[in-house]
Amino acid sequence: MTAMPETDLLRAVVLAGGLTFEREVSLSSGTQVVEALLRAGLDAELRDADGDLLPGLAAAPADAVFIALHGSTGEDGAVRAVLDLAGVPYVGSPAAACRLAWDKPAAKSVVRSAGVTTPDWVALPHSTFRELGAGAVLDLIVARLGLPLMVKPASGGSALGAQKVSRVEDLPAAMVSCFAYGDTVLVERFVEGIELAVSVVDLGEGPRALPAVEIVPESGVFDYTSRYTPGLTEYHTPARVPDDVARRAAEVAVTVHEELGLADLSRTDLIVDADGAVHFLEVNVSPGLTETSMFPMAVEAAGHRLGDVLTTLLRQAAARG
Amino acid sequence: MSSLTPDPSVGASVPVPARHPRLDPLADRYAARTHGMKSSEIRALFSVVSRPEVVSLAGGMPAVTALPLDAVGSMIGELVSGMGAQTLQYGSGQGDPRLRERICDVMALEGITDASPSEVVVTVGSQQGPDLVTRVFVDPGDVILAEAPSYVGALGVFQAAQARVQHVLMDDDGLVPEALEDALIECRARGDKVKFLYTIPNFHNPAGITLSEERRGKVMEIADRYDLLVVEDNPYGLLGFDREPMRALRARESERVIYLGSFSKTFSPGLRVGWVLAPLAVREKLVLATEAQVLCPPSLTQYAVARYLDTQPWQQQIKTFIELYRERRDACLDSLAALMPPGTTWTRPDGGFYVWLKLPRGLDAKLMQPRAVSAHVAYVPGIGFYADGQGKEYMRLSYCYPEPDQIREGVRRLARVVEAELDLHSTFDGVDTGSFRTVGRSSDRPRTPEVAELAGPASTDQIGDQP
Repeated sequence: MTAMPETDLLRAVVLAGGLTFEREVSLSSGTQVVEALLRAGLDAELRDADGDLLPGLAAAPADAVFIALHGSTGEDGAVRAVLDLAGVPYVGSPAAACRLAWDKPAAKSVVRSAGVTTPDWVALPHSTFRELGAGAVLDLIVARLGLPLMVKPASGGSALGAQKVSRVEDLPAAMVSCFAYGDTVLVERFVEGIELAVSVVDLGEGPRALPAVEIVPESGVFDYTSRYTPGLTEYHTPARVPDDVARRAAEVAVTVHEELGLADLSRTDLIVDADGAVHFLEVNVSPGLTETSMFPMAVEAAGHRLGDVLTTLLRQAAARG
Repeated sequence: MSSLTPDPSVGASVPVPARHPRLDPLADRYAARTHGMKSSEIRALFSVVSRPEVVSLAGGMPAVTALPLDAVGSMIGELVSGMGAQTLQYGSGQGDPRLRERICDVMALEGITDASPSEVVVTVGSQQGPDLVTRVFVDPGDVILAEAPSYVGALGVFQAAQARVQHVLMDDDGLVPEALEDALIECRARGDKVKFLYTIPNFHNPAGITLSEERRGKVMEIADRYDLLVVEDNPYGLLGFDREPMRALRARESERVIYLGSFSKTFSPGLRVGWVLAPLAVREKLVLATEAQVLCPPSLTQYAVARYLDTQPWQQQIKTFIELYRERRDACLDSLAALMPPGTTWTRPDGGFYVWLKLPRGLDAKLMQPRAVSAHVAYVPGIGFYADGQGKEYMRLSYCYPEPDQIREGVRRLARVVEAELDLHSTFDGVDTGSFRTVGRSSDRPRTPEVAELAGPASTDQIGDQP
């Protein structure tokens, strides 16, 4: 394991911003990353994913790019595919793997096929409800999945558009607000339990799970406000769960990382139910790196500095070419 | 076991201090008034507005590039090079005397001819005005009356002071006098202490409405009868498109009205210069309050405004602004009329910056906002302009900043967003959840294992392989 930075100066471009719902979160992540890299002794620059990016990279090539973009383009593989075309090395998963992880229902299918438990779900576009009748389809969903349900966009992060629905009469409104974020909604059986975020990094010796972060939002729901307002959520790292549960959670996160073909880093969100079973919810190929994000917490709990881990990832990416 | 456990020998030459579990060791110590200060999805969505791909009909930013920037630049340069001993120094808490004289000249344009410079307190932008007045008059639990809707920045000040805001109905002629009287009677019956009426009589933010001449008289008559203090916030009064400025409420009654003015819309918001005109006894307290807050308003920008008023054709510049905003208002109203789906209504401002738009029945401007962001158009959801959760179906559109072509494109995008949202609502509105098969079985309680058994696997993607 090589988390110590080497001494030769590496030039890193950190991509953040973008034109997505998560622009602000991304800018916050990107700023943290640049600060951590500068402290670790790298030459790091923050850039938006806009029309100036490719000319900028051509004029002043980076040894490697760190993608701190959240939401579409950054996580759906699009920007990575363009960087591949440009021959610019970057930290993180390849474009095709990102596309799979970005599609939450598709990722759930793959993960379930690998033997990982994930809450039952159905993913449908608005057109299906319109054509078959929303009442009949929702009735069927509730009859099969029961209540409460999680309603969330089939792609995207930061819990934007996600809602727990406990009463059947709240379901149509939840669908309306969720569809504002995208064309397909993922409706999932809600699993009560302990929320864990397990980060995975590969520092040259294969993917390893970092200590799990246990999330206890004061409001009971880990929504956008609970995520990004310090003080509204308790984080315990390592999670206060029995060793065998922590081990299973780590195994699930590494399995997810491998089965989806992810690289370098990821964060898997899990629920541990009352019986200690670990349920996969979703995986993030561009985990949040803000001041309140779980990936940096996990890195620190493992005894590392964020800047050192990111430096190692950048050096590996630069070496891959 | 593939996990990375703490290893002090690797990559941890400098120990990382443990984080507080809530990331904020002071989380339990904040004042109650901060409890509403949280990150929100709305604020997050606004960060995309800065990108050039997005047409922003959200921010009320004046078109400052229409100013004679070279002349203003030289003027400010000279203020530093020639008068740095004064302009870079502390100044009077009440504000520069020369500027206060010129402020009285500006107010005379709206009929306030009896104001003395000694009654004027210069503020850091007009936003400091409501804050000072609230500090001086309002205790927690006191009631402030305000139009429905009202300026979001003032509502924030009132909320921070733990005041209770009671909204008063407005229509196309502005604040409804009968509604004001009803509110006063209601408050009296409840034993509430009503500290003042906060009103924006000209080209209201966000409603774009102007209080009619007739109503001005009625409102002041009610104020007299009920011994009501009026705080008149007037940043847009000189920006009327089709008529001379209307007579201010303060021009009718000097002891009962506290007047808030601003140079942000007629000159520059970046200079942060506004003012309060108040009766002498109130002024004394306002000066003490502002000294406790900021010591004195910035000297350089006060000198800049005074010099601008002394040496530049500022009234002509206001006419330039008016023509520019009129063209943008027309672009906005014409596009709305041509493109918005039936059921959408909006105000037709004859001055100022804003159109207040009401969505077709059932639509919620806040919930619709992600769709608008995806379509690269931004607006401000109406709910922020109410203290009581009303206003879901409204949005504020600002036409002051984008060019007319951008406004037309923005409205085109917005119309498509509204249409898509209507389509969505036509799918989900009216769904009779009462007929669902699980009602009464699990709607209000956690799901039981028996029900789960009954339901079985339900993944459309992976039916049959439920673990």
